[in-house]
Amino acid sequence: MKRDWLPLLLIPVLGLAALPLVGSAASWVTLTVAGLAMGLMIFIMASGLTLTFGLMDVLNFGHGAFIAVGAFVAASVMLALAPWMTADSLWLNLAAIGPAVLAAVVVSGLLGLAFERVLVRPVYGQHLKQILVTTGGLIVAEQLLKVIWGPEQITLSRPTALRGAFLLGDIAIEKYRVLAVVVGLVVFAGLALTLNRTRIGLLIRAGVENGEMVEALGYRIRRLFVGVFAVGSALAGLGGAMWGLYQETVTAAIGAQVAVLVFIVIIIGGLGSVGGCFIGALLVGLTANYIGFLAPKVALGSNILLMALILLWRPQGLYPVAKR
Amino acid sequence: MTALLSLRGVETRIGRYHILHGVEFDVAEGGLTMLLGRNGAGKTTTLRTIMGLWRAAAGEIRFDGRDITKMETPDIARLGIAYVPESMAIFADLTVQENLVLAARAGPPDPKRLEWIFGRFEALKRFWTLPAGFLSGGQKQMLAVARAIVEPRRLLLIDEPTKGLAPAIIANMIDAFRELKDGESTLLVVEQNFAFARQLGDAVAVMDDGKVAHQGGMAAFAADSALQQHLLGMGMGEHQ
Repeated sequence: MKRDWLPLLLIPVLGLAALPLVGSAASWVTLTVAGLAMGLMIFIMASGLTLTFGLMDVLNFGHGAFIAVGAFVAASVMLALAPWMTADSLWLNLAAIGPAVLAAVVVSGLLGLAFERVLVRPVYGQHLKQILVTTGGLIVAEQLLKVIWGPEQITLSRPTALRGAFLLGDIAIEKYRVLAVVVGLVVFAGLALTLNRTRIGLLIRAGVENGEMVEALGYRIRRLFVGVFAVGSALAGLGGAMWGLYQETVTAAIGAQVAVLVFIVIIIGGLGSVGGCFIGALLVGLTANYIGFLAPKVALGSNILLMALILLWRPQGLYPVAKR
Repeated sequence: MTALLSLRGVETRIGRYHILHGVEFDVAEGGLTMLLGRNGAGKTTTLRTIMGLWRAAAGEIRFDGRDITKMETPDIARLGIAYVPESMAIFADLTVQENLVLAARAGPPDPKRLEWIFGRFEALKRFWTLPAGFLSGGQKQMLAVARAIVEPRRLLLIDEPTKGLAPAIIANMIDAFRELKDGESTLLVVEQNFAFARQLGDAVAVMDDGKVAHQGGMAAFAADSALQQHLLGMGMGEHQ
C-alpha cells in the first residue's frame, strides 16, 4: 500500500546521468535550470489540457490556439508599454509585465469559454469529430491571428530587469529562467492545493476517474468541465505569454509548435493526471536541454524517444488515472 | 402502500440494441423490492434508466408522483435517489474519507451517521485516510454502499451488493439494509444471491427478456418453486 514514487525518481536520475556526460558542473547547472524553466512553462500550458481530457474524454487539438493568443495579447500590451519595459526600474518592468500577463490570461480564458461552447460541446463523446473540429479551430485561430496582428513575426525584448544572468562563480543562470521556475512552481502549488484541499478539486479528481458517478451523486459535471476548460485555456495563455518572452519572438505558429511538446508531456504523464503532467514536463524540459547540448542533431527527436521509452515502461503514462 | 417509484412502458435502446421492451412495475414506499432475473434480462439497464444514465426511448418513470423520465442524472440524484452500480464505481485515487465527503452533498458527513456506518462496515473506519483503490473488493463494495447512505436518501438503487462478498460482510449488509428500509429509505435491489433476496425482500419484480414477467410479494414468490423455475430457471432454495 505504498505511494508510487518511482516516476518522481526519474528526474534526479536523469539529472545525475547527464552530469558526467556534460562534463562541466557549471554547464550542467545552467542546463538543468534551463531545462526546469522550459519544463515548467510547458507544464503551465499542459495542465489544463490533461484535466479536460480526463474529465470529459475531450481531445482538444486546438489547445495551441490559446497559447498563441496568450503570446500575442501579452506581446501587444508589452509593446504598448515599451517605455516601462526598457526602464531601469524593476517596478516599472513589472508594471508592464503584470497587465500583459493578466490580459493574456483573461483573453485566453474567454476564448476558451467560446471555443468550448461553439466547437467542443456539439461533439462530446465523438473522438474523431473532436480531432477534426478542434484542429480546424486551431487553423482558423492561426489565420485570424495573422489577420489581426499581421503575418510578420513580432519581436519582443525582455524587460531590463529580466535580461542577463545571475553569476555564481562560473555558473550563469538566466534571470528569466529563474522567474519561469518560480511562476511554474507557484502554478503547480496552486493546482495541487486546489485539487487536494478544496471541494471543487475533489470533484475534478473524482470526475477525471468517473464522471458518470459524479453525476449520479448529484453534481453537474458539464459545468465543472466548462470551468476547467476556461481555467486550462487561461493557463495556456499564461504559458504562451511566458513562452513568447522566452523565445523573444511571437509568430502565429507558436501555439502549434509548443502544442507538440504539450501533447508529449500529457501522454508521458498519463492523461488526466496533473502530477504526471508535472513530472513529464520536467523530463521533457531537461531532456531537450541536455540533448541539445550533447548532441544537437538528435535534439529534435529526443522527446519522442523519451515518450517511447516511458510508454514502453508504463503504457498508460507515468501516473495513469484509474478510469471507471 | 403507495408507490414511490413507478415505471410504465419503459423502453431503452443502447445503440442498435433494444434492451427494455416496455418495463412496468411499482416500488412501494418504505420497503425493499428485489429486482430478479436471469443474466441479460435487463435489470442493470432498468436501474441505469431510472437514474437517467441511459435515456428511456419511450414510457414514463415517476418518482413520488413526479415525471423524471427526461430529467438529467444530477437532478434525479438531487430528488433523493442514490445509485450503487454493479461496478461499485468508487473513486480509486480519492481516500475513503474523500469518497464519503463528496457523496455528502449537504456538507460534512454527520458524525453520528458515520458512526452508524462504521458499526456496519468497520473496515472503512480503519482505512479512512487510505486511497480507495487500495481496498479489497469487499471493502470497495462497503464503500460504494456507504457512499449511497452517507446522507438520508428516499430511494436507494443498488445493483448486486453482495457480489463477491464474504458471508460475514453480507450479514452486516443485511442488517444495514434492514435498518434503512425500516427507517428512512425505500430500496430497489438487483440481486443474484437468492438467499439474500429471500431474507430481505418485501416485494419482488422478476424480469425476463427486457420486460417484467412477474411482480408480487416476496413471501409468495419464495414459496412458489414452480414459478421460480419458470422465471429464473432455478428454485431460490437451490442457491446459497
